[in-house]
Amino acid sequence: MCLAVPMKIVEREGQRGVAELEGVTREVALHFVDAQVGDYVLVHAGFAIQKVDEESALETIELFREMMAEEFPDEGRTS
Amino acid sequence: MKHVEEYRRKDLVTKLARQIDAKLDRPVTLMEVCGTHTMAIHRHGLPDLLPPELKLLSGPGCPVCVTPTGFIDAAIELSQKENVTLATFGDLVRVPGSTTSLEGRKAEGADVVTVYSPLDALAAAEKRPDRNLIFLAVGFETTAPTGALVVQEARNRGLQNFAVLVGNKLVPPALRALLQDEAVKIDGFICPGHVGTIIGAKAYEPIVREFGVPCVVAGFEPVDILAAILWLVEMVVSDEPEVRNAYERVVTWEGNHAAMDCMNEVFEVEDSLWRGLGVIPASGLRLNDTYREFDAAARFDVVMHEVPDTSGCRCGDVLRGAIEPTECPLFAVRCTPESPVGPCMVSSEGTCAAFYKYRRE
Repeated sequence: MCLAVPMKIVEREGQRGVAELEGVTREVALHFVDAQVGDYVLVHAGFAIQKVDEESALETIELFREMMAEEFPDEGRTS
Repeated sequence: MKHVEEYRRKDLVTKLARQIDAKLDRPVTLMEVCGTHTMAIHRHGLPDLLPPELKLLSGPGCPVCVTPTGFIDAAIELSQKENVTLATFGDLVRVPGSTTSLEGRKAEGADVVTVYSPLDALAAAEKRPDRNLIFLAVGFETTAPTGALVVQEARNRGLQNFAVLVGNKLVPPALRALLQDEAVKIDGFICPGHVGTIIGAKAYEPIVREFGVPCVVAGFEPVDILAAILWLVEMVVSDEPEVRNAYERVVTWEGNHAAMDCMNEVFEVEDSLWRGLGVIPASGLRLNDTYREFDAAARFDVVMHEVPDTSGCRCGDVLRGAIEPTECPLFAVRCTPESPVGPCMVSSEGTCAAFYKYRRE
C-alpha cells in the first residue's frame, strides 16, 4: 500500500500539478515537495512525496512497469 | 547510471548471497516490515538463495492487514447511516468484519466507492453536497500526511459534509513492540522504503540505541534487499548496530519535513490496537482538538470496539512473525485469495497472499 510511482511533472499551477507516466497523466498534489515542470517525483496516493533524480526515476519506472504487469495485470495502478 | 539489470543481475545477487553466507557465524533472524518487501522477497525467491541459518520473517508491514476488525465494523456501521458515502482504498473493501465486509455492504446497496487518493474523496464531497462523504484513512506514515492534507483542505473549503475515520498507524512503535515480544526474537529490521521517504532513516535511531538491534532502510529490488541483509548480518555478527540507508536514491536521513509537519498539524498520537499485536503505546493517529470536528466516529456516534476473532484465522500470529502462513490450518484450505478469511490473504501485499502466490507447496 505504500507503493510510490515515479512520474514526471508536466504542468504546475501553485500546488496542483499534472504528472505523466508512460503517456498517462494525472493530477498530483505538490504540497509536500518543491518540484518544477520537468522534475521527477515519487507519487503516492495522488501526492508527490519525494523528488527523485531522472536516472533513479527512469530505472524505477522500468521496475514499476514490470511489477504492475505481473501483480496487477488488470489495473495498472494501485494505492 | 545503474540500470534495472544491475539491480537484478544474477551474478551480483549470487555474490551477495555468498557474502551473506560467509559472514554468518550464528543463526540470525531478520524481519521486513513492508508489504512491498514481502512481495518482492517471495517474487524473487530470495529465501531459497539464502543459507538456512538466516531466517527472514515478514512483520506487520501491510496497513490493511494490521487494521483491526473493530475498524471494519465501525466503517460498516457508518455505511448504514443515512446519506453516507464511504470512500476507501481498494484492498480494505474485502476485509471481513464481524458480520460482513464493505464489499458485502456494497452488494446490499450501501454507497462505497474505491479511491486512489484521499483527494478523490474530497472531490466527491464537493461534487455531492447532499451526501456525507467519509474517507477511511488507513496506512502508515507514507499515507497519513495525504489524509491530513485533505482534512486541512476540507476546512479551507468549508466542506461540512466531509469526515474521516482515522486508522493510521506508525511503524517505529510497532518495531518496539515486536522487540518486546518474547515469542519472537529479531536480530535486525529491514525497514520500509517509502515510509522512510516521509520519516527519514534517522527515525530508527532510538530503536537501535534502546534495543541494540540494527535497522537498514531498503529498496525493493533483489540487490537492494540483499545488500540490506548483508549489512544487517555484518552488524549483528560484529555487534555494532546502527541505522543505515540502503535506499539513498529515494530516502534521505531527515525525511520529508513538509509532510511530517502537515501530519503533526492535524493528528495527535494515541495508543492504538493492531491486529495480532494488541494495543501498542503511541502507535496510532487521531485528529487533534483543532480538527476533531472532522472525526467521522464522533460525528456519527460510532465507537470502535475491540472484537475477538473467532474465525480460527491466525493472521495475528503471522503478522508478528510467530508462525509462517503455511502453519495456519486455514491456509489454502478455507482461506484463499478468492475467498479470504483474514486480511493477510485479502491484501495483495499480505504475507499469506505472497505465500499463496509464490511458496505454496
